Amino acid sequence: MTSDTGVHAQAQARHRATGRPMSTGRLGDKIFVSAARGSGILVLVIMAAIAVFLVWKAIPALQKNEANFLTSEAWNPNATPPKFGIAQLAFGTVVSSLLAMLIATPVAIGIALFISFYSSRKLAAALGYVVDLLAAVPSIVYGLWGVAVLVPHMEGISKLINAVLGWIPLFGGDGVGKASVFTAGVVLAIMILPIISSISREVFLQVPRANVEAALALGATRWEMIRLSVLPYGRSGMIGASMLGLGRAMGETIAVALVLTFVPGINIHILQDGGATFASNIANSFGEASQTGRSALIASGLVLFVITLLINMAARAVVARRKEFA
Amino acid sequence: MAKRIEVSGLHAYYGGVHAIEDISMTIEPRSVTAFIGPSGCGKSTFLRTLNRMHEVIPGARVEGKVMLDDEDLYDSSVDPVAVRRTVGMVFQRPNPFPTMSIYDNVAAGLKLNGVRKKARLDEIVEESLQGANLWNEVKDRLGKPGAGLSGGQQQRLCIARAIAVQPQVLLMDEPCSALDPISTLAIEDLIGKLKNLYTIVIVTHNMQQAARVSDKTAFFNIAGTGQPGKLIEIDDTSKIFTNPEQKATEDYITGRFG
Amino acid sequence: MSALTTPGERRGATLSPVSPRRKITDRAVQGLVYLAFALAIIPLVSVLWTVIGHGLARLDADFFQFSMNGVSGKDAGGGAYHAIVGTLEQVAITTVIAVPIAVLTAVYLIEYSGNGRLGKVISFFVDVMTGIPSIVAGLFVLALWLLTFGFDFSGFAGSLALAILMIPTVIRATEEMLKLVPNDLREASYALGVPRWRTIVFVVLPTARTGIVTGVMLAVARVMGETAPLLLTIFFTKAINTNAFDGPQGSLPTFIWEQIADSNATAHDRAWTGALVLIALIMLLNLAARLLARGARTTGR
Repeated sequence: MTSDTGVHAQAQARHRATGRPMSTGRLGDKIFVSAARGSGILVLVIMAAIAVFLVWKAIPALQKNEANFLTSEAWNPNATPPKFGIAQLAFGTVVSSLLAMLIATPVAIGIALFISFYSSRKLAAALGYVVDLLAAVPSIVYGLWGVAVLVPHMEGISKLINAVLGWIPLFGGDGVGKASVFTAGVVLAIMILPIISSISREVFLQVPRANVEAALALGATRWEMIRLSVLPYGRSGMIGASMLGLGRAMGETIAVALVLTFVPGINIHILQDGGATFASNIANSFGEASQTGRSALIASGLVLFVITLLINMAARAVVARRKEFA
Repeated sequence: MAKRIEVSGLHAYYGGVHAIEDISMTIEPRSVTAFIGPSGCGKSTFLRTLNRMHEVIPGARVEGKVMLDDEDLYDSSVDPVAVRRTVGMVFQRPNPFPTMSIYDNVAAGLKLNGVRKKARLDEIVEESLQGANLWNEVKDRLGKPGAGLSGGQQQRLCIARAIAVQPQVLLMDEPCSALDPISTLAIEDLIGKLKNLYTIVIVTHNMQQAARVSDKTAFFNIAGTGQPGKLIEIDDTSKIFTNPEQKATEDYITGRFG
Repeated sequence: MSALTTPGERRGATLSPVSPRRKITDRAVQGLVYLAFALAIIPLVSVLWTVIGHGLARLDADFFQFSMNGVSGKDAGGGAYHAIVGTLEQVAITTVIAVPIAVLTAVYLIEYSGNGRLGKVISFFVDVMTGIPSIVAGLFVLALWLLTFGFDFSGFAGSLALAILMIPTVIRATEEMLKLVPNDLREASYALGVPRWRTIVFVVLPTARTGIVTGVMLAVARVMGETAPLLLTIFFTKAINTNAFDGPQGSLPTFIWEQIADSNATAHDRAWTGALVLIALIMLLNLAARLLARGARTTGR
């Protein structure tokens, strides 16, 4: 149900469409094709409207803003004069999402390999369903669970990482917290597992049987078969999948908003408490936002929209390249 | 170093479907044995039981014995990976690894088996490509993708890849069915040359091909759809094509069905 | 030519087992792959376990009969009636808005556009739309419906935001199903002189109906749990508001968000029960969709 329209399917579609005239000229046909085309155009209009209205409603706050929108770390759009910038939000969003992608991708590919090559066919169907369940759990429930279960467990892990990898500034700092950007990254990783693994699985399903058999017939072990024929074939698909996961993580709101405790200012030590993302900031600040405050939140949402748009488009392009190659 | 294959009482299944029934035969070393028969008669399935490729299909299983000289391929102590290294296979459609160069395709099996030294690899790759009558055509573009070759060249590349690991037996599953006549001729020439070194088993739909390349021919048949395939007879190719024991074989050879 | 003359000298391959190193690597990877799967199962089990464990405390009749009107955080009673009603209304309105647009768009893409330019552009933006963060959909409705048109917060505004999230999912699901309809069926219908639109409406769509319904149910299950866009569009109310077109309305996700933000344990209990009910609704929809899909498959089309 994801984006996959294979070359073959497209060819079929072409065949289907060109095989007969666009319209027989009857009134019913005219009305129906107009409705269908109109709906398609409506989708384009919605996309354009999203961009236009976000820009339009962001402008008032940006005009009143007395801080640098891109570099300021403070978020005080309700103050007079309003001062706000997205630096902290951008930092939190990018770091937590990248972290989530780095954690989730190997696990998700492992899951996809497990279902595709290490389990019987019957088991694979059941396991696929279990992974889908993981995707069905709503964001707010992950948030509750994160606060109640994960956050208390993160202190030990964070301390360990701080002790071992403390020489890396990101994991450094004196002492660690629990409600940190790192914890947010872990929650996000769990949430984007299903999308990465289901797209990887789709890619693995398309690995030509002939390539798999070629490797096996050469006396390859199961892993060697995967390394020789599955991974090279699926590489761009897997990259695209993890980028889609990244985009998903960036826009994820509620779970992050619940897990993070807001501390003003960028803290490079991501194991310590604090941090905010574009999305979590919108959810947390909206209730008390003034008119300018709302406009400022729309401005930050616009930035998020553009970033996720670019990542998604790039991901689609990467996945599409695989199809040409195949 | 070619070895003799002795099959006794072999059955193969796909899930609940009985695909081939009670096959016993001896395949002589350094000779070409051809399997012929109508579609669905189980000849390809049987071929795949000889290097344990049958069982990679989910739900597929095998009963019976396949002896390679004095070792049973289906003994519980035998690793199917070792079987496939010893019994190489060439498929119906050429299937070089699409992301690898010509060189890497031939070297793939060697690298798996721990051959790492560049000089040694170079040497074996050249030997194998020469062995597959492909060296002269590709020696200047070993770094180019294998997928860029013509169909016939790709199939010879796959043969080079298979012989690079020095198997005892070479199985060929309709290796020419996707090729044009000239490429087919090249492969048939190659088979004639390779049989001095390997035990070769070839499945073919083309009876002239069986008659041209093989020393022995086995005829498989099915009683009807849904019935398991059976071995009708195996004998010297000349005998099968001139004076077979079984009526069904004669009918098939003379084109009365199939 | 030594490969041809002296194969045995090199390495007469035998059935000797593969090298221990290869075997160990193979097993190690297998272990890692199993571990990856376990790593995914742990959070799922933990989430379900925690939600059920915490949620049962307030899973009583009151929870389904009362709203939070006049109930403060530390009070023990109260319920999510207003939220459940809100969620059901919002999801119903979302479906009514999104499904026709999505199905018609899919029909255009599969049945009409061929490989035309407009079709390609729409298809591309459907992909892009799939990736819109839910909070951005909420901000858009805020900017358009509330700030530009001047409407108040309402359940309907929430539905508009959810519809933006639902449309691309349903388009893709419907497209997949339309592709599965055999061309023979269309041609058979044309051969009878049935006009194209009637063929699509009375032959093609009914054939794909089960699949489309399954896709819609899965999409509904997905948007039902969305919280972020609702925060910005339906806002909050503790009272029952059955009119989705007038004023702030409750919803299960925002109910949970509100209750967990309260520092009282009684409120947290309500949040967990809300989560339990929400998950149960979503899982039921998921299950029903899958059973429907399986039923269709076994009866065979």
